[in-house]
Amino acid sequence: MSQSARIKIAKRIAQELSDGEIVNLGVGIPTLIPDYLGDKKVYLQSENGLLGMGPTPEPQQVNMDLISASKKPITMEIGASLFDSSDSFVMIRGGHIDVAVLGILQVDEFGEIANWSVPGKDVLGVGGAMDLVAGAKKIILASTHQAKDGSPKLVKKLTYPTSGGKKANMLVTEHAVFTFSNKGVELVEILSDISLEELQKITGANFTISQELIRN
Amino acid sequence: MKKFIQSSDILKLIKDGDTLLVGGFGLSGTPLTLIDEIASSSLKNLTVVSNNLGEPGKGLGKLLLSGCLKKAVGSYFTTNRDAIKAWKEGHLEIELIPQGTLAEAIRCGGAGIGGFYTKTALGTKIGEGKEVKEIDGEKYILEKAIKGDVSLIKAMKADTLGNLVYEYTARNFNPVMATASKIVIAEVDEIVEAGTLSPYEIVTPHVYVDYVVASHYVKVGGVYVESISPD
Repeated sequence: MSQSARIKIAKRIAQELSDGEIVNLGVGIPTLIPDYLGDKKVYLQSENGLLGMGPTPEPQQVNMDLISASKKPITMEIGASLFDSSDSFVMIRGGHIDVAVLGILQVDEFGEIANWSVPGKDVLGVGGAMDLVAGAKKIILASTHQAKDGSPKLVKKLTYPTSGGKKANMLVTEHAVFTFSNKGVELVEILSDISLEELQKITGANFTISQELIRN
Repeated sequence: MKKFIQSSDILKLIKDGDTLLVGGFGLSGTPLTLIDEIASSSLKNLTVVSNNLGEPGKGLGKLLLSGCLKKAVGSYFTTNRDAIKAWKEGHLEIELIPQGTLAEAIRCGGAGIGGFYTKTALGTKIGEGKEVKEIDGEKYILEKAIKGDVSLIKAMKADTLGNLVYEYTARNFNPVMATASKIVIAEVDEIVEAGTLSPYEIVTPHVYVDYVVASHYVKVGGVYVESISPD
């Protein structure tokens, strides 16, 4: 997965975020989004206890007691607040986070997410993934279209363990934007020069095509 | 008046088989001095409740290598390869709990609440076997409260009464853990006179804190390093 493809996904998701929203960004591609928000102001929540997360500090300003959930040094923006882990998950579980942008292992055609455990591998970490899935008002998934082995991420039925019953609203890959509803998954936008046939070939679920399909 | 004790005194407060609630998110907000004492002791069969097990050889990672641990309860152990190895070899039991459930279970433990119903992990492998209850048309699973024998927490400053303030995101699990064990020991960088801290800034009121230990670590370049002259 090239960096340009990752940036393309981050840029497209940045467009989905609205001024003033409270947003939690998962690890990986989601962490690139703040660079592409332009004039839009969103408030980033970090589940280890900060609302108002700012960019990476200069090396001489690094304090490893001011870190992101990925344990990377960060800064605080004007108006930031600090709180403990239980308050942080009041925000997350209690439905106070407008948008969670999450990475995935798989998502099914109704938007059910698998993003914490690979069958047959050691399952020794879940972190805040299930709390975010259960509690965020809106879930946007950021992912490459296919896994490293070429298998599709958007599948008919999950083969990886589910992260919970709550469904995602949108999936953005380097090729396309999909939205989910109880009717299934719909292709709303094509982001690369891929043909519809090719896209269908590398996708594991049947999707409907929006009447207003956008091709960039 | 709180009991200000030497770090080695904590070994009299902990016994084999105890459950320890240990603050920290990775190494941030981790009581490194208290962990060092336990790692150099002959304590056995300890259960540690903490978000992670530190990093390889650091923080709780050091305690793991010392052989004191029987079980780890937390949300994310993947960042310490020693924990994965110990688990694979059967030397360490692991109980995985979603991060928010962990925090709330400890909060309940300290608040006199036996358990709580949450949507987190409903319908997942982690939720398997747990009671499902429908409340006002929504389904939840029952999670039991978590309590400890001893909490080992880390704060930036204590005053002479034992009121605590924390640095930035080093707060994490420390304030809830301060409420949820029979004995609570706080490691701090600095001890100041009561009245010095503003009541507005105190996060953990002294009622929760039994003992205070001065840290043997100092911060250099944003990272804690062992002080050359402990105590």
